[in-house]
Amino acid sequence: MTIAFELLLILALILCAVSALTSRRLLVAVVIYMAYSLIMTVIWALLQSPDLAITEAAVGAGVTGILFLTTLKKIHALKGTKDE
Amino acid sequence: MKKNTWKAFTAWVNGTAEESRPLRREAGQSAHEKHPLFHLNEEMRVRLFRWEYRAVALIVCLTVVAVLLFTVFHLPLFGEPNNPAVNEVVERYVEKGLEETGAVNMVSGMILDYRAFDTFGESSVLFLAVTSVMMLLLRDEKNISAEEDIQEAHERIIEKEASDRILQKVVSLVMPCIFLFGIYVVLNGHISPGGGFSGGAIMGAGLILYGSAFGTDKVREIFTMKTFRRITSSALLCYAASKAYSFYTGANGLPTGIPLGTPGAIFSSGLILVLDICVGMVVACTMYGFYVLFARGEI
Amino acid sequence: MQAFLEKAVSLRFEIAAVVLFGIGFMNLLLQNNLIKKIVAFNVMDSSVFLFLASQGYIEGRMAPIVQNGVTDASQYVNPIPAGLVLTGIVVSVSVSAFFLALVQRLYKHYHTVDFDEIMMMAKKKVD
Repeated sequence: MTIAFELLLILALILCAVSALTSRRLLVAVVIYMAYSLIMTVIWALLQSPDLAITEAAVGAGVTGILFLTTLKKIHALKGTKDE
Repeated sequence: MKKNTWKAFTAWVNGTAEESRPLRREAGQSAHEKHPLFHLNEEMRVRLFRWEYRAVALIVCLTVVAVLLFTVFHLPLFGEPNNPAVNEVVERYVEKGLEETGAVNMVSGMILDYRAFDTFGESSVLFLAVTSVMMLLLRDEKNISAEEDIQEAHERIIEKEASDRILQKVVSLVMPCIFLFGIYVVLNGHISPGGGFSGGAIMGAGLILYGSAFGTDKVREIFTMKTFRRITSSALLCYAASKAYSFYTGANGLPTGIPLGTPGAIFSSGLILVLDICVGMVVACTMYGFYVLFARGEI
Repeated sequence: MQAFLEKAVSLRFEIAAVVLFGIGFMNLLLQNNLIKKIVAFNVMDSSVFLFLASQGYIEGRMAPIVQNGVTDASQYVNPIPAGLVLTGIVVSVSVSAFFLALVQRLYKHYHTVDFDEIMMMAKKKVD
């Protein structure tokens, strides 16, 4: 049962990586990358390392995503949203 | 001679150096350029180069992945207790860790006691990263343009007039909880999962949330460039001083005169609590510093 | 075939790490967009972390936090990879922040984030 869940998570991880890197819009790529980080958090928790899970949730999904989004705003890649 | 080199170097760093070197291929190229097929040729050359580059990159990637997969299939099975990765170092850390460092959380005990010097280098990496981002993005007299100033003023007006009331209310409710959780994670780094890095990142994310809801001017009332400089440098110096003290007394688990306390209590495990707080301060300031430099170009 | 599949399922995290590394590496080399390059770099980073952390896991053991005063090495998973990866995650965020700052400066100068276009413009300036 756990193995099935882990395989599902791994599949989702690879799917997220591929779709983040093949998407047309940069905003979509960044948002999918944040989802990738969240899946990674669950995997850390399954691998019995809660320290990593907390850090990844705060850093990978939170701060890195915000930095990417601010950069997208600065390079005018947020066409079609309210910020442009 | 030496002085000249230094002068040239400083001029190069400041971007005021005169281009004294003659450009390469200047003599031979003029005849080429007169040729009517030159531009076509260049386009074709670029296209050919792109194809070659893609093919080579693909081959390199596939080779690397194939070699790695081959290696992975020769690894010992996942999750077995007698893997070579589980050696005497692990046994030593797990069995003596509580006794020697006083930390219930072995990961904290490891990175802030046995390998504290490594962690010091890593906090310095964060400090250096925020310094280099500051060098690149800080809006000072050398990095300024009228166009950006207009946009900046425009955004400030939007920020003031179109402030989001729902976001602000929710943030003012959630903000204390986030900060409390961050402080809890930092202070309990040696007892429960967490520690300086995660707690600092949580606090930094909380500051970012506050800044994006109420505007960075509001944050500047409590957090200015001066506080940023003071907090990061004093936290790093405090880390260095406390670790220097433990080296001075001999390191290697020799008695430092700091009581380890009862494991599980908040004032226990000697220097780990102090180091955790220092790391948390540096990480929180760094994360908020990144955001503010990215969004506004000033702290 | 059966044995091979069993081995593949057992080594699932390592194989996933290698596949993610391949995806990240390929995109790092082939993408033209600098932001995508940075995302690919981050994917590569976390695949290495996944490989390291999976080496430390031991089936049926607890997270490395002493419970009830038991300090027996046969009770807890390996804490060393967790410590290494913890520092790695924080370094990776500062590295990507530095990259993004460089991208912002490049955009300010060239008004594009396409690597090929930037190289063309830079080359024209030199010639």
